Amino acid sequence: MTRHDHDHELEVPAGWGFVETFDRRDFLKLTSTGLLVMLTIEPVFGRQEGARQPGGRRGGYPSDPNAYVHIGADGRVTCLVGKIEMGQGAMTSLPQLAAEELNVPLTRVDIVMGDTDVCPWDMGTFGSLSIRQFGPVLRAAAAEARAMLVAMAADRLQMPAASLEVVDGVVRSTADRTKHASYGELTAGKRIERRLEGQAAVEPVSAYTVVGKSAPRRDGRDKVTGKAKFAGDVVPKDALHARILRVPAHGATIEQADVAAASAVPGVRVIRDGDFIAVLHPHRDEADRALDLVKATFTKSPSTVTDETIFDHLVKTAPAGRAAAEGGNLANGEKLAAQTVEEKYLKGYVSHAAMETHSAVAAVEDGKVTVWAGTQTPFPLKSQVARALNLPEDKVRVITPYVGGGFGGKSASQQAIEAARLAMASGRPVRVVFSREEELFFDTFDPAAVITIRAGLDAQKKIVFWDYTVIGAGERGAAQFYDVPNHRTFVRSGWGGGNPPDMHPFAVGPWRAPGANANAFARESHVDVLAAKAGMDPVEFRLRNLTDARMKRVLETAAKTFGWTPKPAPSGRGFGVACGIDADTYVANMAEVKVDKATGRIQVVRLVSAQDMGVVVNPEGARQQMEGCLTMGLGYALSEEVRFRNGEVLDKNFDTYELPRFSQVPKIETVLVPSSDQASHGGGEPAIVPMGGVLANAVFDAVGARVRQLPMTPARVKAALA
Amino acid sequence: MKTITFMLNGSARRLTVDETRMLLWVLRDDLGLTGTKFGCGESVCGACTVLVEDEAVRSCMTPVSEVDGKKVVTIEGLAKDDRLHPLQEAFVEHLGYQCGYCTPGMIMGAHALLLKNPRPTRAQIVQHMEPHLCRCGAHVRILEAIESASAAMAGGAR
Ligand code: FES
Ligand code: FES
Repeated sequence: MTRHDHDHELEVPAGWGFVETFDRRDFLKLTSTGLLVMLTIEPVFGRQEGARQPGGRRGGYPSDPNAYVHIGADGRVTCLVGKIEMGQGAMTSLPQLAAEELNVPLTRVDIVMGDTDVCPWDMGTFGSLSIRQFGPVLRAAAAEARAMLVAMAADRLQMPAASLEVVDGVVRSTADRTKHASYGELTAGKRIERRLEGQAAVEPVSAYTVVGKSAPRRDGRDKVTGKAKFAGDVVPKDALHARILRVPAHGATIEQADVAAASAVPGVRVIRDGDFIAVLHPHRDEADRALDLVKATFTKSPSTVTDETIFDHLVKTAPAGRAAAEGGNLANGEKLAAQTVEEKYLKGYVSHAAMETHSAVAAVEDGKVTVWAGTQTPFPLKSQVARALNLPEDKVRVITPYVGGGFGGKSASQQAIEAARLAMASGRPVRVVFSREEELFFDTFDPAAVITIRAGLDAQKKIVFWDYTVIGAGERGAAQFYDVPNHRTFVRSGWGGGNPPDMHPFAVGPWRAPGANANAFARESHVDVLAAKAGMDPVEFRLRNLTDARMKRVLETAAKTFGWTPKPAPSGRGFGVACGIDADTYVANMAEVKVDKATGRIQVVRLVSAQDMGVVVNPEGARQQMEGCLTMGLGYALSEEVRFRNGEVLDKNFDTYELPRFSQVPKIETVLVPSSDQASHGGGEPAIVPMGGVLANAVFDAVGARVRQLPMTPARVKAALA
Repeated sequence: MKTITFMLNGSARRLTVDETRMLLWVLRDDLGLTGTKFGCGESVCGACTVLVEDEAVRSCMTPVSEVDGKKVVTIEGLAKDDRLHPLQEAFVEHLGYQCGYCTPGMIMGAHALLLKNPRPTRAQIVQHMEPHLCRCGAHVRILEAIESASAAMAGGAR
């Protein structure tokens, strides 16, 4: 039996996971009885992310509700959230928050994510915000639901609400346990809708029973059996694969295209709308072959930069910039300095390179477009699709299945708009799944960066001034957090737009902890350079120059776990340290490396990461994220950089664009530093931030050579040794 | 066009297809088995790994003619009657996945290894899994999962 011999109009394959049951009708059925709490809270935004979402509403959640919690007649709780699951585990941790506030067992909580028809509006899943920013909103909605249910129970039991408690979804009298009413009994048969603004009282941390304990991931079984559906796995009846004619270089255009040979292939359809030329076929590989038959000529790209000349180009083209942080007086600081060091640090463009390429399927039914998309931003995407097709927004629905890795790269969803256009034009459901070459071409790369730092030490080995200028990477993580009296952080351009059009030869965008990786590499390298000047151990030097108690604590924790003993670098041991703050989380990483002087190859032997992320919702999930950060960070530190020339991206697949592999992954130890006086902070990004710095410092400690450019390829290590 | 007959996940299949097409797309587009993933199309990521005669192959570069008369197992064929294979169980238990996109290929690759070498050393596992990419950085737990499955299977679990 094939997939296509059913008679449904629009077939959604079995094993659809958490989205499966939710078409609009099911949602209405689900919410036709029971309690639906909708909550609107204007959250405090991570400044950069909020304002710059392409196509999104600016500045945050408007008056739309942003959390739904529904309690059904069977007592089951359903969270409806606009976030998506891309491996970070929000599908598991968000229900923990709801279970906690509602006092129900976690097994009785369901979640529906990233469906624009049934979930409340959300800006997107990025910036380690799911827990730290959206978490409080969901908790408040759940807390409000609980308060309402208790009030309903008070009426029903004829007892004051204050005399009632909730245990496992049952409201009961604290004095007389025979007096009780379950959530299911309370909501049965009624439809109750509540719309709230503002903050509801939530449980104190000390009362947590579900939050803080590792919860089993909900996606495990689907993901190990192949049942988990990603966007490219959605196969509506009669769907066609589309391959689109692309220009060979950024800035090039199609001069002419001859599609005759492709059109002649049986089963192939060609759709042409000006420069937008696509070949369609039910089978992907046959669509590939048809695309190869399209004969096209292209204009030359006006771009003349390469991955080697780009750094000078950035310095020339970057906007004037502004001071993002400032204190004291730099000229006075210079006078106090006994030793001054100035250095320049470079980092290349890095690709997101999620294993799932950008994928989408679009189908039109009764004038309404449904797009299944691998996207981090379903709601902004819905608006983009509506605009592209000139449709009212209610004629577009975006459904987000499992996303096969995002890291910021799937905040842009060109493939989904293309699929929607082609579905409209062809009258058939259309699948657009980027090839790896398209993926590496259209990626919104982590921008290349040029960072210069001039800093000085006084006779007491204290940093007395710090003059920092970053081009390319942007503001995040740029400001230093050491105890420096005279400092300035100057930012010229960033990843989020507003750059002169010829500055970058292709699109740049947010990449896991956007900009912070480049900034931490430069800062932490330079701090080590100063420590070496001072003749001090790098950890002792940092502690001497730190007053921030949270940072000291993570650094000391990392040192203890690592077994760090003080020695000035280069000690020959290959030990490195680097710190960072990201998403309000504090992190210190330590590394041990071996450097082969003959080949320049770096082997990382072990990594330790200590992190203070405030209240941890799901400790095992948090550790997984930290390990992912450390492992992914090996890539931009050691091997990953996009090669390009005159607008052409020369890396077209993983044979030359080198991701970290099993043999490179060291022993990893992660420590969650307890910190219950803090709210929950971000966990998806912070631990990756120090990776460039920690490895550069470890290399220096191993062989006494300072590598000032990422990635630290064997050639660059050898050059530094020479 | 050619008629190709092969055993797919334990049942005989007969297909009339252009025999130069790649197994990956025949599995996904013609047979609806979407558990096998596309990651690179050029045998450089491992996402599309399936077993042909118990050997791990990259289905994105395997013409379907090559499986004529052979036995093919995909991720969908690993669990028996809803009972997870020890490798699948170990990946769940050790959290050997994050986004889960590389996971089917990882599991099939590891499966081929354990069929040949039921108690591999860590170094042998690393060497065998080296062509498999995981962007989420689940590597440490993937290795743990494979080791644990190997131990469980040697203990007579299957
Ligand atoms: S898709 Fe076959 S190895 Fe990558
Ligand atoms: S789990 Fe996401 S690529 Fe491996």
